[in-house]
Amino acid sequence: MSMPAIKTEAAAAVPMAVPTAAAPVVTMTPKQAPRSEKYIKMARETAVRVVPPLVVVALLMLFWELVCRRTGSTLPPPSRVFKDTKELIFDPFFDRGGIDKGLFWHLSASLQRVALGYSIAAVIGIGLGTLVGQSVWAMRGLDPLFQVLRTIPPLAWLPLSLAAFRDGQPSAIFVIFITSVWPIIINTAVGIRNIPQDYRNVAAVVQLNPLEFFAKIMIPAAAPYIFTGLRIGIGLSWLAIVAAEMLIGGVGIGFFIWDAWNSSHISEIILALFYVGIIGFVLDRLIAGLARIVTRGTAMN
Amino acid sequence: MHAYLKLDHIDKTFTRGNAVTDVLKDINLTIDKGEYVSIIGHSGCGKSTLLNIVAGLTTTTQGCVLLENREVNSPGPDRAVVFQNHSLLPWLTVYENVRLGVDKVFASSKTRAERHAWVMHNLNLVQMAHAKDKRPSEISGGMKQRVGIARALAMEPKVLLLDEPFGALDALTRAHLQDSVMALHQKLGNTILMITHDVDEAVLLSDRIVMMTNGPSARIGEVLDVPLARPRKRLELATSPTYIKCRQRVLEFLYERHRFVEAA
Repeated sequence: MSMPAIKTEAAAAVPMAVPTAAAPVVTMTPKQAPRSEKYIKMARETAVRVVPPLVVVALLMLFWELVCRRTGSTLPPPSRVFKDTKELIFDPFFDRGGIDKGLFWHLSASLQRVALGYSIAAVIGIGLGTLVGQSVWAMRGLDPLFQVLRTIPPLAWLPLSLAAFRDGQPSAIFVIFITSVWPIIINTAVGIRNIPQDYRNVAAVVQLNPLEFFAKIMIPAAAPYIFTGLRIGIGLSWLAIVAAEMLIGGVGIGFFIWDAWNSSHISEIILALFYVGIIGFVLDRLIAGLARIVTRGTAMN
Repeated sequence: MHAYLKLDHIDKTFTRGNAVTDVLKDINLTIDKGEYVSIIGHSGCGKSTLLNIVAGLTTTTQGCVLLENREVNSPGPDRAVVFQNHSLLPWLTVYENVRLGVDKVFASSKTRAERHAWVMHNLNLVQMAHAKDKRPSEISGGMKQRVGIARALAMEPKVLLLDEPFGALDALTRAHLQDSVMALHQKLGNTILMITHDVDEAVLLSDRIVMMTNGPSARIGEVLDVPLARPRKRLELATSPTYIKCRQRVLEFLYERHRFVEAA
């Protein structure tokens, strides 16, 4: 605030200084910059972010090629992987019945299971988290339980859920649910517990009813925490699905990998791993992007 | 004549485990309609607790608050609060923050269009209509407090409670906002109860100044009438003998008779 005042004083005292003092102010408005310049700038920024990882990937590929191309190597080099899986890469949509389908179908089956299990986990997780965050008694009763249950590895739940559901599909969905629900519950509870007393006072003065308080104060105030939980949850569910599908069989990227191993198609495993990684990354970015849109105004000030 | 707002023999004790602290002791105060009353005291004397009791955000241990002869013991829009740190909801725009209260208070008595007009009217009162679509993080501290005032005014409170509303602002912004509050009080005739720790602010704005003794067991030490004609002008008052005398009285109370003692 004091900067302009100093400037005007200086300008008033020394009239000759006005043009020189004003000149940098004029050039500070880049709004009228020509469009081509803007594109060049954008391209440069993109390049700065994209080129380094590309270089690293290229170097790693070269290293892998050099290590694995000699005869007697147990793993195929990248060139071999590409040659073996060309059909799978360029035709992901074929469907010859049974589990002999293109990778698109396997991935979409896995994604559907994750979408279902994760959605249930999100709804129940946010609900239970709100309860635990809001009520001291619910926290005392449930929190120790959650702390123990959340340490159980996802696959340990699978035999139990197979026994309960007697079918692979609901069991896999249950495993996704039970894996991703804990971080959502715990983070939501922390978020609810951290709602500033000020917001509660505002709600009290305005006399919001419990439902309005939940929708208009709790959820937006706890949104950054909730999304942290959701982001951890999506990562865990993608980790769990591959493992669960290896055991339950059927269409899905997990069983595709296991099937490829049984048929000694190592190149197919490598391709599948590549897809699993990319999709996990995309899922994480999706939730992060959603969080940025939803919580854009929630940054504490 | 009955009092508009009456604080009747209020005691407040906080209990934490076995430790019992008397915060307020036997607070009696009556406020007339349209009056501007300030409560001043050293920090920790329980003045914010007292305001929270009037707002209904804290319960009394003994005694009660009567508003138009009816006991009030839960928070409500008839006693809207302007919080010290503005407490605007950061995920709502300026307009939505004000609208939140308006929608609840006038849910049945005003149509949607009327409620919109009422929100805009109140934003105009505090000269914040231009920023209606901004979020709290995009406006300055003084502007946030203006919006806080608009939010409270828009609920048409019977008593407006100001909890150190200018405490977090720089001196120039504070003076500007004090003038705005004076103008609003002049125009709307609200009954206002304000907590402050600024002597000049208390004398400039109030009809009466309630001075509180130090806690624990804080009580009302003295009530001072400020017989200055309204509208008051900051610059003229600086040399007014009445102003100087009032200021002197408050200063004497705070710094001689009830000097702030640091807790051991």
